[in-house]
Amino acid sequence: MGVGFATLLEKEVLRFWKVSFQTLLAPLVSTLLYLVVFAQVLGQRDSIYPGISYAAFLVPGLVMMAMLQNAFANSSSSLVQSKVTGNLVFVLLTPLSEGEFFGAYVLAAMVRGIMVGSVVLIAAWLFFSLSVFSGVWILVFCLLSTFMAGALGVLAGVWAEKFDQMAAWQNFLILPLTFLSGAFYSLHSLPPLWHLISRFNPFFYAIDGFRYGFIGASDVSPWSSLVIVGSTCLALSWTTLALLRSGWRLRP
Amino acid sequence: MGDSATSLPAIKIRGAEKYFGALHALRGVDITVEQGEFFALLGPNGAGKTTLISMLAGLTRADRGVLEVMGHAVDRDYRQARRALGVVPQELVFDPFFTVREALRLQSGYFGLRHNDDWIDEILSNLQLTDKADTNMRALSGGMKRRVLIAQALVHRPPVVVLDEPTAGVDVELRQTLWKFVRRLNGEGHTILLTTHYLEEAEALCRRVAVLRQGQVVACDTMAGLLQARQASTLEEAFVALLREV
Ligand SMILES: Nc1ncnc2c1ncn2[C@@H]1O[C@H](COP(=O)(O)OP(=O)(O)OP(=O)(O)O)[C@@H](O)[C@H]1O
Ligand SMILES: [Mg+2]
Repeated sequence: MGVGFATLLEKEVLRFWKVSFQTLLAPLVSTLLYLVVFAQVLGQRDSIYPGISYAAFLVPGLVMMAMLQNAFANSSSSLVQSKVTGNLVFVLLTPLSEGEFFGAYVLAAMVRGIMVGSVVLIAAWLFFSLSVFSGVWILVFCLLSTFMAGALGVLAGVWAEKFDQMAAWQNFLILPLTFLSGAFYSLHSLPPLWHLISRFNPFFYAIDGFRYGFIGASDVSPWSSLVIVGSTCLALSWTTLALLRSGWRLRP
Repeated sequence: MGDSATSLPAIKIRGAEKYFGALHALRGVDITVEQGEFFALLGPNGAGKTTLISMLAGLTRADRGVLEVMGHAVDRDYRQARRALGVVPQELVFDPFFTVREALRLQSGYFGLRHNDDWIDEILSNLQLTDKADTNMRALSGGMKRRVLIAQALVHRPPVVVLDEPTAGVDVELRQTLWKFVRRLNGEGHTILLTTHYLEEAEALCRRVAVLRQGQVVACDTMAGLLQARQASTLEEAFVALLREV
């Protein structure tokens, strides 16, 4: 991967950086609002894991939620915007391969997701006492999960031809996935049906594994979460690359 | 086979076909453009000119046929084919996030070129864009945006340049500077393929012409040959006569 890949990555990072009020500050504020409200309202309840405060449980979940949403939003909205305005041709006319194209969009999405996540985390640290159980698990889930959401965003962006189609992905896939991901609660507190549904949600494993890195406790083993999130990444990459190679939607 | 590198055609299109659903947009197009030519691709609205160019550029796939740029197949050998080709799209597209210079630097980077500012400055000055270099794309007039599109197509010094109606909506002055610049590129050995509805421009600039109509090549000749065969004194006369006879 050479100069072409690096340039597309740079362009994608510049794109959100130039409108950071919208792409970094807005999600930061909304996540912090969630944090304040939920920690206030639910903070008095019994803790979910013994000896762990609700805030310590909630913060990693919200940080991961913000990372997932922003990584997805970055690649998907950039692609749809470029398609609608037509300037995607500037990229399509170049010798960039499908792999470079996919990689640059995903990596830029990861950068945005991680930037939002880090700032949320630092801000939360000012208000709540948080601990770190294992930096390695935190890092692994941070990277894999933002990759997963960024790749899903590329897939959605390649598919969608208009902004309202992208809004449908947001409302009917991303939103339910994040709210059924156990960011605010433990899956064990859910009724059996919802528990079962959540078990098929890769975002749940992203959050559960990430949170394990902070509190050392989780609903499922972090190894299982690692396998599931990792396989989702592979499946999304394989599918998206195959579609890109076939020219689907981008080179009709 | 057995061709030496210099006799390779710049553009070779054989049996190119394209369907859009039920619409048979290209019905077996054969065109060869030799290196160094200034070639006109003409035809009424909807004839298939842009579709053919999009296939050359890899923006859309041919359903059948062989397309090559400087001997590189546009599908199998897409990296080399795209390096050899600079396309000015018909639609006035731009990226509102960047200034003119940023857009040109990014475009160079996509082609693997990092330090390209000398050439970028030269293009900017030839297209009279120097004083707009740090202006955001959004703030440019339509004609200025068109100039940037032309500049973007040239950042990687492609041997083959395709201009899809580059003078639509462009004032007289720019047309003249543009044609001077494109002529100079042609003089330096670049192959130029031009589509336009301004037939006097094509007549003044191009030595050979292909005329498309409803997805088929209805004439492919030298400018002189085309006029002669229809006893026409201008390309416009010949063009009208040609579209009547088929
Ligand atoms: N993406 C598409 N989907 C469906 N039909 C298309 C598509 N692109 C082009 N067409 C059709 O294919 C035919 C050829 O279009 P094309 O744009 O190549 O014409 P053109 O010769 O460039 O015309 P113009 O001089 O107006 O630019 C037209 O009938 C057009 O409606
Ligand atoms: Mg056209």
